[in-house]
Amino acid sequence: MSRFKTKKGKGSPAINTSSLPDIIFMLLFFFMVTTTMREVTVMVSQNMPQASEIQKLEKKSLVSYIYVGAPKDKNLGTNERIQLNDVLANIDEIPEFIAHEREARDEADRKLLTTSLKVDGETKMGVVSDIKQQLRKSGALKINYSTKKKRVIADNR
Amino acid sequence: MARPVPEINAGSTADIAFLLLIFFLVTTTMDTDSGIVRKLPPPVENNDEQADVKERNVLKILVNSHNMLLVDGKPGNIDNLKDKTKDFMAVHHNNDDYPEVKEVEVEELGGRKIWVSKGIVSLKNDRGTSYDMYIQVQNELARAFNEMKDEMSVNIYNAKYNQLIKKDEIKVINKLVPVRVSEAEPEDIGGGN
Repeated sequence: MSRFKTKKGKGSPAINTSSLPDIIFMLLFFFMVTTTMREVTVMVSQNMPQASEIQKLEKKSLVSYIYVGAPKDKNLGTNERIQLNDVLANIDEIPEFIAHEREARDEADRKLLTTSLKVDGETKMGVVSDIKQQLRKSGALKINYSTKKKRVIADNR
Repeated sequence: MARPVPEINAGSTADIAFLLLIFFLVTTTMDTDSGIVRKLPPPVENNDEQADVKERNVLKILVNSHNMLLVDGKPGNIDNLKDKTKDFMAVHHNNDDYPEVKEVEVEELGGRKIWVSKGIVSLKNDRGTSYDMYIQVQNELARAFNEMKDEMSVNIYNAKYNQLIKKDEIKVINKLVPVRVSEAEPEDIGGGN
């Protein structure tokens, strides 16, 4: 009779999953710490040029972004457009934007405000120069040309 | 006697954590913003005031709308722009082809005198120049100045510029090797057909 008994009760034992939440929480915390919230939806193409001599922007809260590039939405044409916050804007709206960005910061931090120009590589310099003139007018003199990192062949450095 | 508390089923904690994890994965970005940091000149009050700079002290770099370079009146190449800039900014005694040199007394080094060049790099681009080309030129110039800073730093402190820790050491190097890139307001210089 004992021959038939082996049929039942076999099969792999259940894996203990009680530590699974801990593992997932660990992953969650990792991502919470290393990433930042997406603030705006970029509506222009952003194919940044590459450069090797780049510096990291230290304080993210002290950076305001200006996006420039051809609109992703083809209905808006192929000319370069400027995006401030969540809207496509005109060049003369930049001083207002900068003033607004300044208002949002503490008084002590206002001097340290950096403007990061996220410009598509295909853009013509005319637009960029106009933006720079506007920034000069509004006194936002610290700028950063946002680029991708390029590896250079080490030449005795 | 206390009643035994029934155990709470913790089997779905993993699902909840997964949900949160996916939420954060979707709403956040990981890219750290990096780029070439520059300082714009303050707006000029009156345009009549012209900075007096001698012709020999200026390295003129022009970029036209076809992304071609003109360095000091000769067609240039992006590959040797860094070396050209470094060569121009290096100290050349009694040579009229290169910028003037002057002796700077550095208080922080006990009044040690160091020869520096008075050269300035002038960058001018067309409105039709592509941003990509402009960044490449800026990058090469930044590389030239960074290498010069490194050399000066090795000369004085026996350490590369980015290995310097003391604030006043960094200040001394920045004083001796200032990043002098002047940008002219762009105009339509046209393309070379």
